[in-house]
Amino acid sequence: MKRALVGLLALGLGLGLAQQAPLKIGLVVSATGPAASLGIPERNTLVLLEEQVNRRGGVAGRPVQFIVIDDASDTTQAVRATRRLIQEDQVLAIIGTTTTPASLGMIDPVAEAGVAKISMAANLEIVFPVDEKRRWVFKTPQTEQQMSIPIVRDMQASNVRTVAYIGFNDAYGEGWARAFEAAAREAGIQVVASERFARTDTSVAGQVLRILSRNPDAVLIGGSGTAPVLPQRTLRERGYRGLIYQTHGVANPDFLRVGGEVVVGTRLPAGPVLVFDQLPANFPNRQVATNYVQQYEARFGIGSYSTFGGHAYDAWAILRPALERALRREQTTNLAAFRRAVREELEATRNVIGTHGIFNMSPTDHLGLRFNEAAVMVEVVRDAASGRLEWKLLRTFR
Amino acid sequence: MDWTIVSFLTADALQNGTIYALLALSLVLVFAVTRVILVPLGEFLVFAPLTYVWFLPPEVSGLNLQGQIPGTAWLASAMLLWWAILDRSNLRRAGLLLLGAIGVVGIAWWGVQGVPMWLGWIFAILVVLPIGPASYRLFFEPAKNASVLTYLIIAVGLHFAYMGLGLVFFGPEQFRLPAILVGQTTIGLVPVNNQAFLVYGFAFIAMLGLYLFFTRSIYGKALRACAVNRYGARLLGISPSQAGYVSFGIATMIVCISGMLLAPLISPAYFQGFLLGLKGFVAGILGGLISYPLAVVGALLVGAMESWASFQASAYKDAIVFALLLPILFWRSLRSHEIGEEE
Repeated sequence: MKRALVGLLALGLGLGLAQQAPLKIGLVVSATGPAASLGIPERNTLVLLEEQVNRRGGVAGRPVQFIVIDDASDTTQAVRATRRLIQEDQVLAIIGTTTTPASLGMIDPVAEAGVAKISMAANLEIVFPVDEKRRWVFKTPQTEQQMSIPIVRDMQASNVRTVAYIGFNDAYGEGWARAFEAAAREAGIQVVASERFARTDTSVAGQVLRILSRNPDAVLIGGSGTAPVLPQRTLRERGYRGLIYQTHGVANPDFLRVGGEVVVGTRLPAGPVLVFDQLPANFPNRQVATNYVQQYEARFGIGSYSTFGGHAYDAWAILRPALERALRREQTTNLAAFRRAVREELEATRNVIGTHGIFNMSPTDHLGLRFNEAAVMVEVVRDAASGRLEWKLLRTFR
Repeated sequence: MDWTIVSFLTADALQNGTIYALLALSLVLVFAVTRVILVPLGEFLVFAPLTYVWFLPPEVSGLNLQGQIPGTAWLASAMLLWWAILDRSNLRRAGLLLLGAIGVVGIAWWGVQGVPMWLGWIFAILVVLPIGPASYRLFFEPAKNASVLTYLIIAVGLHFAYMGLGLVFFGPEQFRLPAILVGQTTIGLVPVNNQAFLVYGFAFIAMLGLYLFFTRSIYGKALRACAVNRYGARLLGISPSQAGYVSFGIATMIVCISGMLLAPLISPAYFQGFLLGLKGFVAGILGGLISYPLAVVGALLVGAMESWASFQASAYKDAIVFALLLPILFWRSLRSHEIGEEE
């Protein structure tokens, strides 16, 4: 009798503790290394969200705990971090990571352990096709395919008949080459040159020369960070007068700082959050994007926001309701079943408005964005009053 | 491929080749005297201009650094301090090193307060310069008489350390630097950046200076003696560690100035030094890391290959350049009859 009482007490205590125990979410971000300028705003955003959620009473009354691991932009470290989060920290779900190669590497460990993962990297291959392994993988950023459509539409509107492509000789540049060249061909735009350069290159004169020898109406530069300034500067120095397009990988303040006068007039597709204050009033994610930017800037300084942090915000925006619904179905003490429930509920995401668009997941679509809300065309302009370079909304596709 | 394209590519090859040549010369200089393959030279090349960014007025650099002292100054100062502690038995030298350690931070502090741009330019070189000789004293000198392989391993380790520190000090992104000479000049059909002429001019001066130094000055002759036979040089009273400091110092100086002149053309970032250094190394290999003229020829060859490859098959550019190593090493192995390590 006494023993049973103690046992009951222990059980009750255990249940009580379980009620109090925080919901552990694993985060893998590239806060250092080459992708740091993307990873840092992502980490900042999630840290901000964790505080905010816990201050407002947590998820379904339970506090959340984000366990952050920096993968240093390295695939091996990302995979190791994933295994650690799953086995040692016993997380319920994982958000991560910043780069495409590392996100691809994380698919195996999460699929083996049966933990849902939301990636913040661009490449379509992370979630497509949804097979036995990718069932466990979701992502929030727009794909190259989705971002190619606005570029091609803008080119058509600007009477572009021939285009040259120059991109990174890595997964990012190759992904864009495939996606854009297919979209351009479909629209009847001829791709007359397809060149590659390395992120670390200090000269692209040869590639630019080849492009100039084909005399295209427009050039698309497929790179991210500040490295894509180099081909653009070389093109202008060599007297190229056509349109220059960049990808959303350059939608960061550093690109404007390094580029200076050379990048004025650049057109690029971007998530709507980049020009949140210029969006039409009826744009569906305007409010969410504005709120996010205000919160972020209040904490990290005016002008500190970037679109990349928005992907992290969106990852939590879809994970949070999924967790709430899973909590109604399963006990977190039954870890495997709860992890499965999170995956199913993520797949059941409907009409979640994020900073970059509206998410509608399905068993065959683990991104769930339409380019209509997820992409706008932006142009770099010099503000006449302040003399600073700014992003200006060129067109939306709704 | 017509003449216009060939002349454009040649101009590009010349610009890249000149930088590789300066790096190759520095590598050969260091290797000949100390048997160290100084992989981190590429890092020194970007450290100088990145430090300069910190000394620029905010409206030029586009950054708001709020008088933050560049990390390279702390690094140089710490290394000099450590050197002073190691050499504490030689009071005069330790005192000078201590002064240097304070001086570097002092210069950097002065630099970030806002100085004329030309003064900041010189300050940046002065701040980065001590890192070279100090690297020799702190990391290579303790491994006296080690094999070339040991030195190489230390050098590669240093490269990773400096590159990592570069990321910590300067962040992941590139910076834009003002050119000393703006605009372009058209030679024939080819527009050449005026800044590139400074690079050529410096390369010429550096080569001429090295030639005079090695043939006319007693220090230069001592370095050459060290390169030919370290043991013999020691018997004649030439200190190998002195020779090490001088060679590391000269190499760092050449590389820093090259970096400062090149930076406005490339928008430097912490990660860019390594590949430049590696191509300089390929060039140096052509001369067996011994011959200066062959290293320059090698550098121009690497530059030409690179331009041609980036025009013809840009996706395979670096592969083609590094594949150059194979025939070069093959040719060298036919010519060389030495087996194993010297000394």
